Amino acid sequence: MARTDSDPLTVPVAANSSSDLAEANVDLTAAAGVEEVPPELVAQSMGEYVRAYWRRVRGGDSGVLPVVVGIILVYVAFQIADSKFLGAQNVVNLLEQSSIYMLLAMAEIFALLLGEIDLSTGLVMGLAAVTLAELVQPAGAANCALCPHGLAFPWWVAIIVTLLICMGIGAIQGTLVARFRMPSFIVTLGGLLILEGVSLIVLNGNPVRLGNLQLYDIFWGHFSTLVSWILLAVLVVATGATWWFRDAGRRRRGLVAPPASFTAVKIAAVIVAGVVVVLLCNENRAHFGVIEGVPYLIPIVFAVLFAWTVLLQRTRFGRYVYAIGGNPEAARRAGVSLASVRTWCFVLAALTAGIAGILFASWQVFLTTNIIKSANSYVLLAVAAAVIGGTSLFGGRGKTIHGVLGGIVIGGIYNGLYLLGVQSEWVDVGIALVLLAAGTIDVLSRGGGRPGTT
Amino acid sequence: MTLTQGKLEPGTSGEPAPDVDLTAAAGVVEVPPEILAQSLGEYFRGWWQKLKSGDSGMLPVLVAMVIVAVVFELITPENAFLRPGNLVYIFGLSSVYMVLSMGEIVVLLLGELDLSIGAVALMGGVIAYKLVQQPSPNFPWWAAIAVSLLCCGLIGAIQGTLVARVKIPAFVVTLGGFLFFTGMIVIILGGADTSLGLDPTVPNQAVLYNLVQGNLDVVVSWVGAGVVVVVLGAMTWLGAAARRRSGLVAPPASLAAIRIGLMAAAAVAVLAICTVNRGGVFATIEGLPWVIPVVLGILGFWTVLLQRTRFGRYVYAIGGNPEAARRAGVNLAGIRTWCFVLSAATAGFAGILLGSFYYGQYSSNVGDPGQLVLYSVAAAVIGGTSLFGGRGKPIHGVLGGLLIGGIAYGVSLMNLGTLSIPLEYILPGAVLLLAVFVDVTSRRGARTGKDAARV
Amino acid sequence: MSEENEHGVGPHPSTTAEPLLKLRGIDKHFGAVQALYQVDLDLPAGQVTGLCGDNGAGKSVLTRCIAGVHQPDRGQIYFEGRPVHIRQARDAAALGIETVYQDLALADNLDIVQNMFLGRERTRHELLDEDSMERSAGETLAGLRVTSVRSIRQPVGSLSGGQRQSVAVAKAVMWNSKVVLLDEPTAALGVVQTRMVLDLVRRLRDHGLAVMVISHNLNDVFEVADRLAILHLGRMVAEAPAASFDRQSVVEFMTTGVSGGRPDASYTSLEQPAEAAETEA
Repeated sequence: MARTDSDPLTVPVAANSSSDLAEANVDLTAAAGVEEVPPELVAQSMGEYVRAYWRRVRGGDSGVLPVVVGIILVYVAFQIADSKFLGAQNVVNLLEQSSIYMLLAMAEIFALLLGEIDLSTGLVMGLAAVTLAELVQPAGAANCALCPHGLAFPWWVAIIVTLLICMGIGAIQGTLVARFRMPSFIVTLGGLLILEGVSLIVLNGNPVRLGNLQLYDIFWGHFSTLVSWILLAVLVVATGATWWFRDAGRRRRGLVAPPASFTAVKIAAVIVAGVVVVLLCNENRAHFGVIEGVPYLIPIVFAVLFAWTVLLQRTRFGRYVYAIGGNPEAARRAGVSLASVRTWCFVLAALTAGIAGILFASWQVFLTTNIIKSANSYVLLAVAAAVIGGTSLFGGRGKTIHGVLGGIVIGGIYNGLYLLGVQSEWVDVGIALVLLAAGTIDVLSRGGGRPGTT
Repeated sequence: MTLTQGKLEPGTSGEPAPDVDLTAAAGVVEVPPEILAQSLGEYFRGWWQKLKSGDSGMLPVLVAMVIVAVVFELITPENAFLRPGNLVYIFGLSSVYMVLSMGEIVVLLLGELDLSIGAVALMGGVIAYKLVQQPSPNFPWWAAIAVSLLCCGLIGAIQGTLVARVKIPAFVVTLGGFLFFTGMIVIILGGADTSLGLDPTVPNQAVLYNLVQGNLDVVVSWVGAGVVVVVLGAMTWLGAAARRRSGLVAPPASLAAIRIGLMAAAAVAVLAICTVNRGGVFATIEGLPWVIPVVLGILGFWTVLLQRTRFGRYVYAIGGNPEAARRAGVNLAGIRTWCFVLSAATAGFAGILLGSFYYGQYSSNVGDPGQLVLYSVAAAVIGGTSLFGGRGKPIHGVLGGLLIGGIAYGVSLMNLGTLSIPLEYILPGAVLLLAVFVDVTSRRGARTGKDAARV
Repeated sequence: MSEENEHGVGPHPSTTAEPLLKLRGIDKHFGAVQALYQVDLDLPAGQVTGLCGDNGAGKSVLTRCIAGVHQPDRGQIYFEGRPVHIRQARDAAALGIETVYQDLALADNLDIVQNMFLGRERTRHELLDEDSMERSAGETLAGLRVTSVRSIRQPVGSLSGGQRQSVAVAKAVMWNSKVVLLDEPTAALGVVQTRMVLDLVRRLRDHGLAVMVISHNLNDVFEVADRLAILHLGRMVAEAPAASFDRQSVVEFMTTGVSGGRPDASYTSLEQPAEAAETEA
């Protein structure tokens, strides 16, 4: 269907629309959260797009704008406070630390999209970390309460087992939420506590050392500079081509698509960001010797981002997640199995938290009971990251990329405050304020609370 | 035939087909038996019906208390659980959870959740303790308490405003509050390893110290208890009689008698336990601990406020159906904000009690704010309060708090070696899950507020 | 009230032929409450049947029996002449019976295409086939002349009430449906949007579907219905071409179950003649 002026879909019936607005006896749901039409849908040119986008931002629906602004503000502020902040060494450091927040935020998003919350992600990460460490203990080590003689699993087996355990935890929590309809808040709060206790039992009072080279490399290892560039090239070509051809194809077939210039700008942004990251990573960041090249964990995080983005945006399952978050009754009537989708979301959240745990173990190397206790504070940061990134606490709105963007902000704040030598109490205070700010923005961008609330 | 002639008959002979409201048909809630019963027998039959249809109220917690008492008595070393000294200790420990829980219940009734209540409690305690320090500022104890409660109320006002007017979800606001004040406490104390102490020999500070640790004289205890029972009993009896006389809905006379009897029996039991010397060979510790009348006083305050004032009525209304309350002219934002204020102030007082329980020492790890919140929520839910709003009473907090305290103490009595620290985490988690699970499954017939509309 | 409706088309010839959907003797009770008693109903193809009745008369229950949400205790449903058992919503959908409930069941955060295909998405290699879904949705909307929507990828939350209703109706009729039940489609709408929806209802009829509209609003009913069926306290007290009623008689039937009636009215309800004789003064 070619797009012509007489196409019934694109000709606004002017008389109707103004009197519609005038007479709108809209039901509460629509009234509470009336959103402007996203500009990418109707803009025919870049100029129109920008104008429509600005109108939408002024109307309150700001999408990823706050987080991008946040990133800029935070990073500029810290750079001013300490000029080492944006140096190559620190940036890579920052990215490495942020990876944990990013993964946990991506985990949290699965629950948030449903309109639920998962408070146990931090502890799932913690349990995964200590379990991994214990599983690879060589024979003869006498550490953990559950396996007194050291299990000496091969590293990849340990990873699989750990992730399976995490999925099991997610399944239990998910079942309590989805089938017994217990509030997710309470279930995951209880889960958090139980997992903390279990983690302490696994550690059995003794710290454990992750003595495996491959696992250590997950966090600390890196590609060579050449391979780094090759990877970037592959990524750019793959995503660029996908975006370009998909949008061009849609435009050709007369379906809704953004203007060509917009797609071009998106691709350019990816190229620029990618080049900057690779350049920074390729600078020598070691105090002694040479460490150059993109760390392994960056493609790992990217792989997770890619997988979950495809799952949520391009599969039936993902569609149902958004539907349940938006209107569970509608989803139910349409034949969606609410219990099954909800349970799987908690499984995937726990799985992602498990992946975070593997990176966490690799990062910390030496796992003590204090580490377990600190794992708790990560969940708040994960929620804050997801919300700052643009995911709504009310459900139905959000994307996996928000976790990555929010993670960059939180990681930046943490790293910056650490560089400045701020005490941890004040950091707690700071994060609390950031969380509040994120929540406020979420509420304001919804036009005042969950649609339909009084 | 036209409309004016004849009767408006349903249509044919045979049974009329009454109007069907699908919602009512789907979840018919029995009329509470106290309303319809004319005799004691009827009352109990009605109560049994209510139980079977899923509205079990306080029964689970009472049953659980019996089970816990029996189980722990059997499994603790030397059957030490039910000794008078331990029972009083349990009450002291539970007092914190009871008061905290009463504060949390107010927020739960609205259908919200206050996660910061633990941290605010610690704030309240720290502020009060800091204010009575010698040589400065050396506030009189009543002023220290007042200022502390005012500060906590202010915290509640800020959180309440963010929730009620700015409409940020309560759990985000209170989560932020939790973090904020956890950090704040360390800052006020002056560092992670410092602590504040009370000197019980200083009369001003002794008052705060004695809140949990001090006891009334034995004679005063009995007399006081007697007075309270008589007064409450008279109020119950005369109130019921007056209602019956004027033809209003009232429970049967025998029921009022039973209630008074139970109250008296409970009072006697408690006093008997407290009168026994529980100090052992080295000291004489006997008499009703101050903490009992203090907690009962708070219970009385909250019960009156929630059950007998307009404010309380509005709180329940908002929890049950906010839209209906709004249309009836209730000031939603105002009531909600006040609930957070009063709940925070209550939490502050719980914090003061907490310090007293720990022998007047306040350090940054005297209480884990997270654990405090969990226990208070668990206590409320176990006691019979709904997480979704519209259903609950302050007494639920007292009963639930007692149960939680009993479990916590019972576990600590058992020597579990390396498992004891992990259990400190696993136990509250398991208790919370169990409480909510029981609530969700056994109280199906009483779904109120947001719960009724969940898909 | 003339015999012909305003489009100048008389009652569809299939009134005399087998109706597409036929209910006979439907009983339904909930506990001690009898919601439906011996209800008969004809839904002919190519006609709009207005189901009227006061609150609590049983309209929603009857609709849900047809839609498969409830099972009748007694009685039989005939579809295209064959007896059928509709035990769940999926059975009704399989037959081609679609229902649009009063709350519309739309997810505000999803766009029009996503809502229209909710639960029945098309996939290619396990991934959603967005292009084909978008095209089909567009064609359906165009076929129903729903033109006031700016973009088919607009989130449903940003549409007006009438547009949302149109999307909900379009969602219902996309799937080779033969019978469409609309529960209070104009209840929350203003004048202009009501017009939009009623036009839509007529177009459904013109496509040959059997349409049943439940409504309180007698203005809307009289505008669009070819037949009226009136429930009173669970019984079908009147069922005939719309032309045989006037406003007063409909109100009388709704509120009392009987009416002085017009001499040329032909009632298909079994009870009516005996009652009329009984209560004739």
